[in-house]
Amino acid sequence: MGILNIITYIPLIGALVILFFVNKSNARAIRIVATATAIIDFLVSLWLWPNFDASKSGDAMWQFQFKREWIPSLHVNYHFGIDGISLLLILLTTFMGVIAIVSSFTAITYREKEYYTLLLLLQTGMIGTFCALDFFLFYIFWEVMLVPMYFIIGIWGGARKLYAAIKFFLYTLAGSVLMLLSILALYFFNDGGIPFLNIAGLGNDPTFSVLKFHEIGHLIPPSLQFWIFLGFFFGFAIKVPMFPFHTWLPDAHVEAPTAGSVILAAVLLKMGTYGFVRFALPILPDATKQLVVPIVVLSIIGIIYGALVSLVQKDMKKLVAYSSVSHLGFVMLGMFALNPMGLRGSVLQMINHGISTGALFLLVGVIYERRHTRLISEYGGLAKQMPMYATLFLIAALSSMGLPALNGFIGEFTILLGAANRSIVWAVFAAVGIVLGAAYLLWLYQRVFWGPLDNPANQHVPDMNRRELAIMLPLVALMIWIGIAPKVFFDIIEQPVDYIVRKVEPTYFDKNPVTYPAVPTAPAEGHHEVAEK
Amino acid sequence: MNWTDAVFILPEIIVTIGASLLLIAPVAGFRGEQRTAKWSMLALLVIAAASLVACSWTVPGLAQSSGFAGMFALDAFSIFFKFLFILTIAIITLLSDEFLSQSRYSAWEYYSLLAFALCGMMFMASGVHLASIYVGLELMSLSSYILAGYYKNQLKSTEAAMKYFILGAVSSAILLYGISLIYGVTGTLNLLRIATALSTLVNNDALMFGVMLLGAGLCFKIAAAPFHVWVPDVYEGAPTPITAFLSTASKSAAFAIFARIFYVALPHFQIDWSYVLATIAALSMIVGNVAAITQDNIKRLLAYSSIGHAGYVLLGVISLTEMGVRGILVYSVVYVFATLGIWATVLVLERHEYAGEKISDFEGLHRRAPLWALAMFVFLLSLGGIPPTAGFIGKYFLFYAAVQSGFGWLAVIAVLMSAVSMYYYLRIVVAMYLRDGDDEVAVSTSGSMKLVLAVCIVVTLGIGLAPEWLIQQITSSSQWVVTRASVIPNGR
Repeated sequence: MGILNIITYIPLIGALVILFFVNKSNARAIRIVATATAIIDFLVSLWLWPNFDASKSGDAMWQFQFKREWIPSLHVNYHFGIDGISLLLILLTTFMGVIAIVSSFTAITYREKEYYTLLLLLQTGMIGTFCALDFFLFYIFWEVMLVPMYFIIGIWGGARKLYAAIKFFLYTLAGSVLMLLSILALYFFNDGGIPFLNIAGLGNDPTFSVLKFHEIGHLIPPSLQFWIFLGFFFGFAIKVPMFPFHTWLPDAHVEAPTAGSVILAAVLLKMGTYGFVRFALPILPDATKQLVVPIVVLSIIGIIYGALVSLVQKDMKKLVAYSSVSHLGFVMLGMFALNPMGLRGSVLQMINHGISTGALFLLVGVIYERRHTRLISEYGGLAKQMPMYATLFLIAALSSMGLPALNGFIGEFTILLGAANRSIVWAVFAAVGIVLGAAYLLWLYQRVFWGPLDNPANQHVPDMNRRELAIMLPLVALMIWIGIAPKVFFDIIEQPVDYIVRKVEPTYFDKNPVTYPAVPTAPAEGHHEVAEK
Repeated sequence: MNWTDAVFILPEIIVTIGASLLLIAPVAGFRGEQRTAKWSMLALLVIAAASLVACSWTVPGLAQSSGFAGMFALDAFSIFFKFLFILTIAIITLLSDEFLSQSRYSAWEYYSLLAFALCGMMFMASGVHLASIYVGLELMSLSSYILAGYYKNQLKSTEAAMKYFILGAVSSAILLYGISLIYGVTGTLNLLRIATALSTLVNNDALMFGVMLLGAGLCFKIAAAPFHVWVPDVYEGAPTPITAFLSTASKSAAFAIFARIFYVALPHFQIDWSYVLATIAALSMIVGNVAAITQDNIKRLLAYSSIGHAGYVLLGVISLTEMGVRGILVYSVVYVFATLGIWATVLVLERHEYAGEKISDFEGLHRRAPLWALAMFVFLLSLGGIPPTAGFIGKYFLFYAAVQSGFGWLAVIAVLMSAVSMYYYLRIVVAMYLRDGDDEVAVSTSGSMKLVLAVCIVVTLGIGLAPEWLIQQITSSSQWVVTRASVIPNGR
């Protein structure tokens, strides 16, 4: 069967059960089935953790592989397999899946059957995307994700939901079809080449295997690499989203229902960054190195622009949405530092962003359900009325802005180190982004939670209920866990990151024998250790 | 001619006899109901399909067999298309059910014309000689002109038929002129001999002109821009089952001859025509998909979208690779079934003549007819080329062929335009799922409609998820064309 298949298709089975066996008027039963499916899926995916051997390197790094012929005449295989990066992202997906479903119980009041079916379908698409080691299969899962999200925004969204949904769909689709052409170009290069363009191929057996492309990537002439990279770049950069392709994001986030925003921020955006680390970097090393500067410049613009725009937002959700642009800029910056430090920070920050921003969207959703407004000016002094909520919001905000002892710090700090390793200028610009991040989040916090509780509408708002706490506490626990003991996570991604660095820069580890300091076990110590080296 | 030749055209003979019988049945005093006519037609199609199976088994050495002094070939390529045509006409027969039972027009003549059109298409698929191809094309076209005007008391329908006839006749004349020029230069109408003659000829202006005229005539038939102006009006005015016929069967027959002529007769001429066709393909994709965005009438919207689809299929013609031929075959199947499924849905919504054709008529369909809405959604995804539907596999072949043959820029236009096409397909989805219409009447459907829907959805999802079987069939079907042309084989 393959454990990865089980994890991928459990949500699909749950979706089919809801679709065919549960009456649409029985919202309670629908919720129970959806929640049970998500929880079972999460538990099964947890099984991967102890059984995954993070010390394996090279080809053995790809574990739990499952390979069958699918469309032999097109040389397409059904090939699943994961490394440490995929593992963490799959766990994040199954975990956030549970949270998204539970958080929707009261937020979604109509067409529940379709809603939970779509959420579960989306789940299958996302997990499949992280598991796929065949490009054709990857592309199919990648596209499969589009439709459920389109409906989730379009049916259960806010006032401008139609506009936001279509914009989301078309932006992503436009990027991904260009990616398809790049996939084809890779396929041709590995096979017979493209005679008309005077591109000689390698004459290998035709395949879509990602691992094969990893192997032959460095043989692709740099000029061809550039064009292939460009196709991938559009596909992934729109998804990330990098400046200037980010304009769909605020619309989608603001209009989407809470759970939609959570999944969008926590997992869907990671598809873009995952695409870069899994495909663009290792397969196209020359183009990657050639394009470092433009991409880093765009990332830094994203970091600062996202932060500045967040600063002036009147709507809480829009603020969090723009903060994603800024945070994903960090992820891209760390990645394109192209050294182990930056990449590790980048990968960890993908997870961190999922947790922190997911938490922030959930918290915005909590208050929105009570007051039906997200305007910052409507609030003030909430800390008195909702102490629990205020505390959790503070933790999430601090985690997002990168306070030591919480997860965001580890990620951002590692990224900064990686970036500084390449160029101190990058790090300086990025640090400005961190300061701005603290500014917009703290200012938001100040305006919403402190000051007098003068709006009468806020004076009887109940604090968080047990269900909401049950969603938030695991997230907070994760923030603290990653914040004080990131070694577990760094260990898992160490081999994949080294693998990617070797692909991009085969001689990196010869030139830098002492590559990076031991992973800090606690942030304070980590700081010292790193500083000494 | 000998008896083996007659065996070759057994299915065509059966369809011709059947069509004639359908025509004279009411004259001969056989005044059955419309239901009887339908079953007679279906029986005819079943017999035709059975005879096709039979003669494909009995004719030895299928790949080489051509009869009637090289005018008619019974090969895997033509058999593939003939099966597709018979199945399409069967579905259109089922779709016409309600239209005919509600209208005052005779069902017998209607089915007879459909059968004659089928016969023409079957000759087109088998034609390896410009004369037999032309005759088949005219038989199909003349039947379609009449069918397009079948609402003879409706101004729109008459107008559509008139436009279709005049423009169709002109394009046939252009096509014929092109054929005559090619004959004048090469001295033959046989596709293979044309190819041989062309391999030694260079820079002949008359030939160039002939190929251009031939291409223009064919582009009119497949409705590629800039020869597309008739399409929206004709599609809108014709009775919906006939629109379904025009946009599927008649179009895929035109694809078949397009592929056959250009792959078999003109590969040596490729440098000259491929760039012209590439421009036409790019124009079709852009014009069709962009113009579709603003349409509010579903028939006009699909008309423009079909112009775009003709552009995609041209990628397969231009590429002149094995994958290109396969792409044309796969895409024909994919496009036909998704489009028929959509027309079935439109017909279900149509209550009286032209009602139910606005996009706003689809509002709230997910409540009125959840299964139909879901099916329609799948068909739209398939036309847009989103996996895991069949449309993705079809587009994949065509994009593959385009990239492989060095038309990367065309592939870029194609993929971007398929993203644009999703915009207007999504407009229908928005109406179905995201808006609540004020019409609360549940949609009632007949058994034959449900059957059509089931067939289309099974094909659309089946090819999307497990395309291997179809690809196997198509690989053998494309062999004929490929082995006779100097095209790039796939891989090594």
